[in-house]
Amino acid sequence: MSQTLAEKFYYLMRLGREFEIRCKEEYLRGNISGFLHLAIGEEAVHVGAVVGFGKGDLFCPYREHVLALARGMDPRLIMAELFGKATGVSKGKGGSMHLYEPKLDFYGGNAIVAAHLPHTVGAAYARKMMGEKAGVLCIFGDGATNNGTFFEAINMASLWEVPVLFLCENNYYAIGTHISRSFALKDIYLKARDYMPAEVVDGMDVFAVYEAVVRAKRYIEEYGKPYFIEAHTYRFEGHSMADKGDYRSPRELEMFKSRDPIKLLVERSIREGWLNQEQISLIDKKVEAIVEESVQFALNSPEPSEEDLYTDLYCGVCSDAIP
Amino acid sequence: MLYREALNLALDHTMEHDERVVVLGEDVGFYGGNYRVTEGLYAKYGPKRVIDTPIAENSIVGTAIGMAMMGLRPVAEIMTINFAMLAMDQFVNQMAKLRYMSGGKIFLPMVVRMPQGVAKQLAAQHSQSLEHMFASIPGLYVLCASDSISAYYGLLHAIRMDDPVVFLEHTLLYGMDFPFEPMQNFDPFKARVLKKGKDITVVSYLKMVHDVIKVCQWLEERDGISCEVIDLTSLRPIDFETIYQSVKKTKRLAVVYEAPKSLGLGAEVSAKVSEELFYYLDAPPLRIGGEEVPIAYNRKLELMAIPTPEKIYSQILSWSKRHGL
Repeated sequence: MSQTLAEKFYYLMRLGREFEIRCKEEYLRGNISGFLHLAIGEEAVHVGAVVGFGKGDLFCPYREHVLALARGMDPRLIMAELFGKATGVSKGKGGSMHLYEPKLDFYGGNAIVAAHLPHTVGAAYARKMMGEKAGVLCIFGDGATNNGTFFEAINMASLWEVPVLFLCENNYYAIGTHISRSFALKDIYLKARDYMPAEVVDGMDVFAVYEAVVRAKRYIEEYGKPYFIEAHTYRFEGHSMADKGDYRSPRELEMFKSRDPIKLLVERSIREGWLNQEQISLIDKKVEAIVEESVQFALNSPEPSEEDLYTDLYCGVCSDAIP
Repeated sequence: MLYREALNLALDHTMEHDERVVVLGEDVGFYGGNYRVTEGLYAKYGPKRVIDTPIAENSIVGTAIGMAMMGLRPVAEIMTINFAMLAMDQFVNQMAKLRYMSGGKIFLPMVVRMPQGVAKQLAAQHSQSLEHMFASIPGLYVLCASDSISAYYGLLHAIRMDDPVVFLEHTLLYGMDFPFEPMQNFDPFKARVLKKGKDITVVSYLKMVHDVIKVCQWLEERDGISCEVIDLTSLRPIDFETIYQSVKKTKRLAVVYEAPKSLGLGAEVSAKVSEELFYYLDAPPLRIGGEEVPIAYNRKLELMAIPTPEKIYSQILSWSKRHGL
């Protein structure tokens, strides 16, 4: 089991990492524009959570490429979206921050901090009402927990007893403001503990994230109630491509990079005998090819047409079910 | 039929026929609604479908969005439009944008209902008309109802739509009794010509429609001026075709509304008519709106700040005389 998981984690984390390194290059080439938020350094949280949660709806903030990849979204459609092409998963209208695929129960991609938290409460309410058990995984950053909507959402989730797993990825910075300069509390999970079970996990250890999420998922499915996890992690890049991230000391950056989640996974996997160097190289080659293919697909895809400006705004349909 | 009963009936009928329809908001369930629009629904459909929420407007609209994404058809109530200001992120950045941003993958079959306007001495934070704020956002539909027919059929239509709708009501209309008749094919996106006339086209909506009708009777009886009255039941989109047809005939346009006069529906309607029908017009379009002040508590000051039948009458009359009627 651990061997299969290690392989899966390594593949997805490496895919996420290589995909985003390539995004950075394509951004500098001018093929990608606007805001581009990279999750390099945070892959253990994204992959561990999505794999651990399994079936259920997924709602993310704007740093969601790796989450989408882990959920199974076609890398070509993501890259094409980042290139603003008509073949993109959101037809080039959403961009990096707005990837959606209801067929994968993947609901974005939201660029307003904390705004998707109430969506997850409503979604879980609806799913529960329809007799579905899977629940909703709601991922957000540390900064979101300082927003009033966070407290509205955890209160309503607890009050209505809906199965939402609130997963806070604490990377210590809301853009350039360290949590010590914006939090009255030291520990984020304490904000939720009076409403629901809440715990802290090492977000650089993909197995730790995975195991915590599996436990939490079991809880929300069994009791139909919410759960809160705070995962400590770190982004190695700036907040977005517009941010150099130079408000952090080189020493701090080096300290976290020494705990690079992919490095930790590889070291442990080799130590435990789950993966060998040959398997790793094979995965690396596979990932390289996938990323290259996604870029070629994006480059060769057409721009949206002029008519596309006006489509997808209203569907203009009336439900027949109501008289 | 009382206006609020018509709204209640629309909710009841849709809930009865479609289990996906749920109602949520502050005090809508156990309490029966602060304007009694949802009265009786809690007893009939239970707390799972008639959901009392905390006072958390952003999350009332936000949870409704999440429900709609999953295929329910939520009808959220915001107690008054003033409180909707706390939910503007969900209205503007979420409800209006998710479908477009997702390339058409997200459907939001949802309605947010709320009353607006000046009632009686509720002071500045409970007396606003903010329709233009919502009507200026592409991605939303904005419907409004001036009487029991447009309330019932308009809301019925709004709930049936697979797009997000902001449904505006007026605080003072809830207790008013209007004639009601069953109608086939009521289309809220088509403006209603409530009264035929030949000299002036008067466009209005919500409660002001009734003041306008009264004023038009005075103008006809006292001054021999014949007005055509158009009631907008949709503010996004606006049915300009009906307005154009009328103005081509009357050659004069007045727009009457309760919100502060500038930068609102009056500006939009008169600008479009000026752009499209400039050479038809015998007079510059007239806007009659509220004063550019918050609404005061004092009754005299309150009435000074909004159009009243007397003010509408004198403004239309002097404008008509200035421009050769």
